[in-house]
Amino acid sequence: MGSEEERIAIEKEKVLMVGAGGIGCELLKTLVLTGFKHIHLIDMDTIEVSNLNRQFLFRKSHVGQSKAKVAREAVLKFRPGVDIVAHHGNVKNTEFDIDFFKQFSVVLNGLDNLEARRHVNRLCLAAGVPLVESGTTGYLGQVTVHIKGKTECYECQPKPAPKSYPVCTITSTPSKLIHCIVWAKELALAKLFGDKSQVSDLDVRTSVDGKSITSEVENDDVKFFELRSGESFQQFAARVFDRIFGYNIEIALQNEETWKARRQPDPLYLDKILPTQQEEEGSAAEENGNGVEIEQHPTVSAMATLGLKNPQKIWDVQENARVFLESIQLFFKRRSKDIGKLVFDKDDQLAVEFVTAAANLRAHSFGIPMQSLFEAKGMAGNIIHAIATTNACIAGLIVLEALKLLTNRTEQCRMTYCVEHPTRKMLLVPVEPAEPNPHCYVCSETPLVLEVNTVTATMRDVIEKVLKRKLGVDSPVIMQGSSLLYETGDDLEDDMAAHYASLLNKSLALYPTPITTGVVLTVEDYHQDFRCSLHVKHRETFDEETEPDGILVTGDIASVINAEQPTLPTKTPAADDEDLFNKEENGHGDDNKDDDDDLVMFTPETTAGTKRKLEEDENLLVEEKRLRIEEPPVMV
Amino acid sequence: MESVSELLTEQEAAIYDRQIRIWGADAQRKLSKARILVVGITGVVAETCKNIVLAGIGSLVLMDDSPMTFEASAANFLVPFDELEGQGNSIATVCASSLRDFNPMVQVSVEEGGISSKPDEFYDRFDAVIMGRSSITLRTQVNEACRKRPHRVAFYSVDCRGTCGSLFVDLQRHSFTSKKAGDDKAAQQDISFPSLQEALNVPWSSFNKRTSKLLFALRIIDQFEVGVGRRPGQLSSQDLPDLISYRGKMCAIQKVPESFVPENLLQKLASVGGTELPPVCAIIGGILGQELIKAMSCKGEPLKNFFFFDASDGKGIIECVVPSQMNDH
Repeated sequence: MGSEEERIAIEKEKVLMVGAGGIGCELLKTLVLTGFKHIHLIDMDTIEVSNLNRQFLFRKSHVGQSKAKVAREAVLKFRPGVDIVAHHGNVKNTEFDIDFFKQFSVVLNGLDNLEARRHVNRLCLAAGVPLVESGTTGYLGQVTVHIKGKTECYECQPKPAPKSYPVCTITSTPSKLIHCIVWAKELALAKLFGDKSQVSDLDVRTSVDGKSITSEVENDDVKFFELRSGESFQQFAARVFDRIFGYNIEIALQNEETWKARRQPDPLYLDKILPTQQEEEGSAAEENGNGVEIEQHPTVSAMATLGLKNPQKIWDVQENARVFLESIQLFFKRRSKDIGKLVFDKDDQLAVEFVTAAANLRAHSFGIPMQSLFEAKGMAGNIIHAIATTNACIAGLIVLEALKLLTNRTEQCRMTYCVEHPTRKMLLVPVEPAEPNPHCYVCSETPLVLEVNTVTATMRDVIEKVLKRKLGVDSPVIMQGSSLLYETGDDLEDDMAAHYASLLNKSLALYPTPITTGVVLTVEDYHQDFRCSLHVKHRETFDEETEPDGILVTGDIASVINAEQPTLPTKTPAADDEDLFNKEENGHGDDNKDDDDDLVMFTPETTAGTKRKLEEDENLLVEEKRLRIEEPPVMV
Repeated sequence: MESVSELLTEQEAAIYDRQIRIWGADAQRKLSKARILVVGITGVVAETCKNIVLAGIGSLVLMDDSPMTFEASAANFLVPFDELEGQGNSIATVCASSLRDFNPMVQVSVEEGGISSKPDEFYDRFDAVIMGRSSITLRTQVNEACRKRPHRVAFYSVDCRGTCGSLFVDLQRHSFTSKKAGDDKAAQQDISFPSLQEALNVPWSSFNKRTSKLLFALRIIDQFEVGVGRRPGQLSSQDLPDLISYRGKMCAIQKVPESFVPENLLQKLASVGGTELPPVCAIIGGILGQELIKAMSCKGEPLKNFFFFDASDGKGIIECVVPSQMNDH
């Protein structure tokens, strides 16, 4: 390693980097210092302030600009001769097709989400290009190498699905602050300021106990959450407060069955909490508003107008109530353009303030300890801890693996864990890569079993809940024998598109050729060069709590899970070390997601804008257990 | 009650958000008071500086008067390309300017002159000293000077040669809070470290077979470089016979067989000379940066007291080398 011949060899190779975030900045720097001369870089993100503690190629003046482009410019300052092509775009765009991937000797991932990782994995398999995959969270990190046919692919081991919560826990019986935060973000915020035409999952499934809060809201008075004519913003905010923290709780209390074994929540009413509030705060907001609409100003803040300074401090009930009222008023006064289309964003100060206050008030009502805005923001935004040091180590390890791949030393490739507490004296733990899983539905052709109620489930359910969410398929084409049931694409004729759309909401059993037990569906994604077959199995009932989707991909996934362990390294240090596997446990680790950066690859997450879903079926629990064994330093 | 001055500024809270979520606001405040001295700027030191400046230490003083050369910048991304064309600036000056740019909240300055010309009181200005590539004689001297000061001056030395990287840590006495696995509460712990000289005095016969061979091989290189008067890192394959003869002498003194230090490891270290591999620098600089952050914030168990990495096998190993009377754990 490091010889002159190798350096010359490296100079000729063309590499693709996906992601120019935390790992990406470090990786690009290390690649050019190592002597790589031809680098393509893809990233769809723009720079944010919270990136600056580790993404050292970026400055405050770059906030808002393309990560890929700024990273390129920054690196050219110390190595001007390098040929770097920056793509500001989504790696899932069709321009990055199999032919695009084929031009590279190796692909290096520094991604932040499962979907993109799976997509890149499939393109690398299709193009026959080796992949070095990576991820970090806090002090933990890992680098893995995937060579088609030689080592397992990224999807040979099932990945845990994003953590989510039973609907009635969110709507009726929260027991942890996170339940209240999900409620504040997905229900309260969405109800007041979001797109009212969008029916959220949570609304649909409110009939759990027949008396849940949202069904009440839904059926009772849709118009309740709209500003009435002649009503001031302050009156509106107060009315909403009493409704969602007072009246709705009283309604919920009527369902005695629910509270037999639980602590009863206390209804909260504004006149009890803030008896003198009526004029004070309102006027402050009034002054601030001044009738001037400020264009999407990021610093519109209830904390600021209320004089609350420390985001680490836990507000008392009165403060939470004030922030709640003030933030609603500020949305009307200063952010009215967003009303009706607001989507929660962890970098939206006012939205975070609203969610913190609403979640805390609900928590208070249910006897759950409240939290600071800082902590609530982390939970609501699924923020992943991230530091430069781990990213630097991981980037170094990625380059070492890339060098092995490019100089025909693939037998020396290792997956490496970066751990917080030493394991058998080691902080960097290399492990031999596993062989491909013969039952992997991605890199081998293993059929899957689709368990579904074919009478009630629609094709849309299959596409959204299974193909996209579980199998990571981006643009599915579905065949039944030789007949085409569904396809997508820009080049689709209008009449065909309309035809497919009309079938989408039909239940499977009502298809021209009924889709029920025994039918085999073939699913393809041409862009990913992915195909698999689904053996349909009709099933009547699903457990509301553990199988809320009402659809399961099982059978062969299960056999994948129960299959013999892939050749676990015999001469590697980790193989006989149980300690390593039990070391890391992290309070936030179960549902981490960050939409800006550097996720550990086995940490579940979704992309921005998609909601976390309810997936806690048995298979996934088994998967989690298994992952805990094989991916030790990463919490699941 | 927290006074306003104890709070992080809005700017700090925004920029350090992701790391405060790991080590907390209290640790961040301690970190922001840390004063660090860096002596000798190699590629791995540049990596370390980047990491601690991004993390938000209080101040950083760079010492390295050597002129800018292509060789010196080979693994150093702190040097903009146009600085290479003979502008006459020292490495420290050039790197300081890049580092200031990384994080305007950190004070970065340059100290001229050689470290051996500084009086012992000089070290009172710092909470930690990082020494880049330097002779074993100078390292032990500086370490001793740090140990004589009235307040604790932490000492680190670091070097990367080819696929290999090494770290030494002396925190003297150190108190820290740390969460044990499976325990939610952070407990206060105290540990003590031997000096570099004390660690070097530990007899080789007291190590077991699994101790990293780099510990011994690098000792031989150190002795060779001092013995024949070489600049650290200035060696090649041609020096192998001499290294083998040093091995013979040192193994005899230590009463261990010569096979204790494999010849191929000496061969490898001789042939790379002082060349740094950027990915190895990134890895060692990451580990060292993290150790500094842990020590300065008094949070997390520090590594004690040597760390070795070899890209050839990919292992990053901690070796605890302490005199037997100190071996209290």
